[in-house]
Amino acid sequence: MAELHNPAIEVGHDTHVHGHDHHHGHDDHGHHELNFIEKYIFSQDHKVIGKQFLFLGMAWAIVGGLFSIFFRLQLAWPDESFPILEWFLGSWAEGGKLSAEFYYALVTMHGTILVFFVLTAGLSGTFSNFLIPLQVGARDMASPFMNMLSFWMFVLSSCVMLFSLFIQTGPASGGWTAYPPLSALPQASLGSGLGMDLWLISIALFIVSVALGGLNYVTTVINMRTKGMDFFRMPLTVWAFFFTAIIGLLSFPVLFGAAILLEFDRLLGTSFFLSDIYVAGEALQHSGGSPILFQHLFWFLGHPEVYIIILPAMGIVSEVMSVHSRKPIFGYKAMVFSILGITILSFIVWAHHMFMSGLNPFVASIFVLFTLLIAVPSAIKVFNWITTLWRGSIRLNPAMLFAIGFVSLFISGGLTGIYLGNSTLDIQLHDTYYVVAHFHIVMGLAAFYGMFAGIYHWFPKMFGRYMNSSMGYVHFYVTLVGSYAIFWPMHYLGMSGVPRRYYDFSVFDQFNQYADLNKFITIAAIIVFAVNILFVFNFFYSIFNGRKVTVLNPYGATTLEWTTPIHPGHGNWVGEIPAVHRWPYDYSINGRDFIPQTEALGAGEVDDHDHGSDLPNAGSAIPGKH
Amino acid sequence: MGTLAYKKEILPDNIQPFKVHPQKFALWVGISVLCMAFAGLTSAYLVRKAAPNWQEFIMPTQFILSAVLMMLSSITIQGAVWAFKRDKIALYNATLFISLALGVSFLVSQYLGWMALEQRGVYLNGNPSGSFVYVISYLHVAHVIGGILPMMIALVRSLWLFGDPAKLAAFKTDNNKRVGIELLATYWHFVDILWIYLLLFFMFS
Repeated sequence: MAELHNPAIEVGHDTHVHGHDHHHGHDDHGHHELNFIEKYIFSQDHKVIGKQFLFLGMAWAIVGGLFSIFFRLQLAWPDESFPILEWFLGSWAEGGKLSAEFYYALVTMHGTILVFFVLTAGLSGTFSNFLIPLQVGARDMASPFMNMLSFWMFVLSSCVMLFSLFIQTGPASGGWTAYPPLSALPQASLGSGLGMDLWLISIALFIVSVALGGLNYVTTVINMRTKGMDFFRMPLTVWAFFFTAIIGLLSFPVLFGAAILLEFDRLLGTSFFLSDIYVAGEALQHSGGSPILFQHLFWFLGHPEVYIIILPAMGIVSEVMSVHSRKPIFGYKAMVFSILGITILSFIVWAHHMFMSGLNPFVASIFVLFTLLIAVPSAIKVFNWITTLWRGSIRLNPAMLFAIGFVSLFISGGLTGIYLGNSTLDIQLHDTYYVVAHFHIVMGLAAFYGMFAGIYHWFPKMFGRYMNSSMGYVHFYVTLVGSYAIFWPMHYLGMSGVPRRYYDFSVFDQFNQYADLNKFITIAAIIVFAVNILFVFNFFYSIFNGRKVTVLNPYGATTLEWTTPIHPGHGNWVGEIPAVHRWPYDYSINGRDFIPQTEALGAGEVDDHDHGSDLPNAGSAIPGKH
Repeated sequence: MGTLAYKKEILPDNIQPFKVHPQKFALWVGISVLCMAFAGLTSAYLVRKAAPNWQEFIMPTQFILSAVLMMLSSITIQGAVWAFKRDKIALYNATLFISLALGVSFLVSQYLGWMALEQRGVYLNGNPSGSFVYVISYLHVAHVIGGILPMMIALVRSLWLFGDPAKLAAFKTDNNKRVGIELLATYWHFVDILWIYLLLFFMFS
């Protein structure tokens, strides 16, 4: 393969790029013309598929966020009536007052939508698809067709879930964890009926989507890297997406198995998860099953799932932070190995969700140990982010602000994780708002911040325009203050024993003293929701009216995606794929602002970053090179 | 149309450091996913078995016959791979057909096995020990059918196309189609080994 000319000179506009031009010189026109449906609907271009995941993810985020506003209204003003609720929810909120049944349905849907559809598909689906081929130097995924299938499985799964919102008995309402026996007995509650079947079908389809996508991500990273793209020259984003995909591939199939067993219990009378049980005074046929078994199977996915959510955000933050600090990421290999450590540990901590289930205390102590061990790789990452910022030339654009906000939230939420990881404390706190505060901050908000950082940062690559920064700043600062305003007080609620999953606190003397605090939380939530609608507006406004990108590499970044044309076509690079000669974090080095990965090493220069070269201007210097 | 024409061009100017055909690699990743699914189910079996009220029963011999059929078809499909690489199309068709026939008889044998279980009073909705065997073997059969369908397609395509050496040669130049039979054989060996594992697991765990 020939060494590369500097592709930074080529600027293309909506070109359909292809690898080999030679053979269709005499071919007729139309050979590469795609019609609208092939180009934008059933597209096999990883960039279009990434954007499709983003659009659908955003739509779901609005739905899921709105649901949380609805049930927050109920918690803050249990006696008031809100006509808007009736307008949205019809007879589920007759007279503007949310029914108890539907309160649980809303909470269940909020969790399901946010965890699976927004923070799994919308985050990992968007950025793994968009960035992996661009950053490892591939024309597309290993199997573009399977990639397309992955997105349409997500659409199908979404349709089933959406449909379940409109059926007479309402959607599933037993929590996003779908614990039996509530989820296994159609007669147990309204939401355990058809809604639960649809929930299981939707999740099964979603697992197929994740598997097809993950298969592609792993195969692409291993097999499709461009010349010179060694593993340790991959950006941390790619590392994060790679391990995220592995976690998904190994944990989701177990949930699939659990869903199938549950569906057999529901439809065909088996007793995998059901033991001798009475419903409405009537003894059921079921005998000999174990509901705890479902919890094991569920959390074997469920815990890795939180790392499926957070790892892509970590990768994005690492990349964004390095670019906008104009500094190499501190401890690149430590970052890689801490992702690996988190990946391994994520599979052996699931029972810390089950300390309350009568788990043997000796077994619990082992899970406590592994859980607390996760603090080690997490702390390494936090340390490395902070040291990357240290003495950097920081650009405080919205992407960078959200990356820094991510670190703040990850610390705040992570610390409470150390408390909850101890079984002795967890038994006290598990069913309180303390846990709600913990996981919303550490995986919900932090992952959202990572996603925002990624959207602001790669928007120019996605659409060839910039997002509006002023709206971006408003979005960030209000969201940051609002995030803490919503979830910080919940720690206090939890410590004083306020339980999760309650519909109405006003009837409890010991909890109704917090009525004002609940109002405060709800108001903060509404403000944050509103400002995120502003973000959505900014996003769509900027697609059409944003300032146009005029240079190939607006941030002065080193990675390969910025060597593609401003509007890359299917195939990404015009002509040959650039080869890679160095790691992706050569910033402020050898007296230069940055050195792209495509630039050959100078005489005597080594691509080795383990020995002090993480400090600015301390690399194995080749003065005057270039 | 455009994308398909484009797709073939993805591979050549990419370097593949591991020198594994991407589709073969993807299949192995897919197989590890299926392994996890069945590992999850069999661990659930073990967890439940450790609890009281677990009914023991003996596996029907039909399940063992199934395993033998599966092993034989693994050998014949490997013969098909061998024949395809050497352009022995008659042998390829024959071995493919025998593999297909053995695959279908596996399904029949499994069905007879389920009948035999019912005759012993082991029902799907009875004690979980039986339910597990039914559900896990159903899932396995679903995966076997997932191998039988492409096997049928391969056979039909062979009868349709490969009589003409020119068409066969053209087929073999396509980097993705060329490996189809190898992918199929790998997958088939997987469902074969999976059933042997499941059977031994049910009999001796």
